[in-house]
Amino acid sequence: MKLVIAIIKPFKLDEVREALSALGVQGMTVTEVKGFGRQKGQTEIYRGAEYSTNMVPKIKVEVATTDDLAGRVVEAIQQSANTGAIGDGKIFVLEVAQAVRIRTGETDDVAL
Amino acid sequence: MKFSTKIGAGLSGLVLSALTAAPAFADLVKAPTTEQMATMVNKGDTTWMLISSALVLMMSVPALALFYGGLVRTKNMLSVLMQVLMIVSIAALVWVGWGYSMAFTSGGENHYFGGFSKAFLAGVNASTYAATFSNNVYIPEYTYVVFQMTFACITPALIVGAFAERVKFWPLMLFMVLWLTIVYFPMAHMVWYWAGPDFLADTVVKDGAGNITFQDVGLIYGWGGLDFAGGTVVHINAGIAGLAGALVLGKRTGYKKEPMPPHSLTMTMIGASLLWVGWFGFNAGSNLESNGVTAVAFINTFVATAAAAVAWAVIEQLIHGKPSLLGAASGAVAGLVAITPASGFAAPVTSILLGVVVSIVCFFFVTTVKNKLGYDDSLDVFGVHCIGGIVGALGTAIVADPALGGQGWFDYTVFPAVAGTYDMAGQFITQLKAVALTLVLSGGVSAVLFFVIDKTIGLRPSVEVELEGLDIAEHGERAYNY
Repeated sequence: MKLVIAIIKPFKLDEVREALSALGVQGMTVTEVKGFGRQKGQTEIYRGAEYSTNMVPKIKVEVATTDDLAGRVVEAIQQSANTGAIGDGKIFVLEVAQAVRIRTGETDDVAL
Repeated sequence: MKFSTKIGAGLSGLVLSALTAAPAFADLVKAPTTEQMATMVNKGDTTWMLISSALVLMMSVPALALFYGGLVRTKNMLSVLMQVLMIVSIAALVWVGWGYSMAFTSGGENHYFGGFSKAFLAGVNASTYAATFSNNVYIPEYTYVVFQMTFACITPALIVGAFAERVKFWPLMLFMVLWLTIVYFPMAHMVWYWAGPDFLADTVVKDGAGNITFQDVGLIYGWGGLDFAGGTVVHINAGIAGLAGALVLGKRTGYKKEPMPPHSLTMTMIGASLLWVGWFGFNAGSNLESNGVTAVAFINTFVATAAAAVAWAVIEQLIHGKPSLLGAASGAVAGLVAITPASGFAAPVTSILLGVVVSIVCFFFVTTVKNKLGYDDSLDVFGVHCIGGIVGALGTAIVADPALGGQGWFDYTVFPAVAGTYDMAGQFITQLKAVALTLVLSGGVSAVLFFVIDKTIGLRPSVEVELEGLDIAEHGERAYNY
């Protein structure tokens, strides 16, 4: 099993979700996050006070998937979240040791 | 409506009576008795003044509280709301206790503050009356007490924005009681106290050359200072007190090192908009009657504000490339401040010019001057209220000129009142003197009060408290629980 973590632009969330649903992905976890990479922050001005925020708002998507689907999940996110501009985000893939469905106690692939 | 400055006394009496619906010239009663005054009360005036009073209360709670509250960080939201709510409540009590008496009874030879004969509203009842600006037109005294009370409530509340996010609650309340007593009530007396149009003439004493050596008026009123709704008494007064507080308390921990963006400009917009609505009570209500001049003050308040909001947005577009909501709202408030002393004197077109000018000046102060001098006036009380108030007070000398469509001034030292001869340069000097006196009195006394309170019981919370936020540390609650 793999855990796919994608940091994407917030407005791309719907496209990513649709692309993953089309693959048969049954669920995902979404978090609003802030961070920085190569993309520069924005400048905010309140009367005379100028703040340059170097943290940019992003969405973190987490998807647990079977090993054989992981490649296509990564590909689907990479294509659906892509705008070609700097700041499109990153995808990380981690090994998952165990998965349990709380309601039934089923484990691993069946639990995903 | 335009007054000629050269009309004779008899004619002006007729003009006056046409203006105010007062009894015809021949019927005017000099120094009427209370029984006679009872017949000189108009239900329309009374209604308007009570509605105006409620509108001015709305300016402080919730309008000013939300305007300020939105500008602070989440952790200090309740501290600002609580300070405003409590200051308004305490000021109302102090006003009834001794404020009204200190502000609006005669001081005799003392032109700085009144006496204590009406302390706890002694002698005021449903059958006593207060003068207006027209001969033989009265409003119930309670109406006047409550209208002026709302001014005493909002003025100290304006101050807290200058040192928001870094002040202890109870010591601040102590400051407010002292400040009202030593600064606000005397200022209100000096600018707004006079014996009234049916009584002033009898108090006038002249020397051999015909110069007035005594009249029963406040100091600045006696100079001929024009302040329709409180440019000096309210805005310069509160603005300079705020600066004194900001300087004595020092900068917020982390000022200029960490971001301190407003936590909810939505709240600030709601507050600014309610301020605009409430300000019609403040300015148009300050005519004390419901007549043509009331409408003059009303339309001037409307258009000066609109012009200032547009001007600020345009300036930001030119300088920053984007017009911000906070900028437009700040412009609107600056416009309201500037038109306050001029509202019943200006014409709509000159009000618009005043609105444009005040936005340019205040923008310069809150962006360039504040950053250059490095003081931390958290919510720009000095930059908007004091500076905007000064622009308005000085501008009043120009826009009140009948030659520019202004209302001029009335000479109440004769009965019935006549239109005075307008001297723009002389008026400007008088306004300048009034501004200077306000700055020195309020700035000086406030600095001393802040300093003494800080050194004795302490005014500034610890750094730890400041970092945690005043809401939890001072009030034991959070603004938003989700």
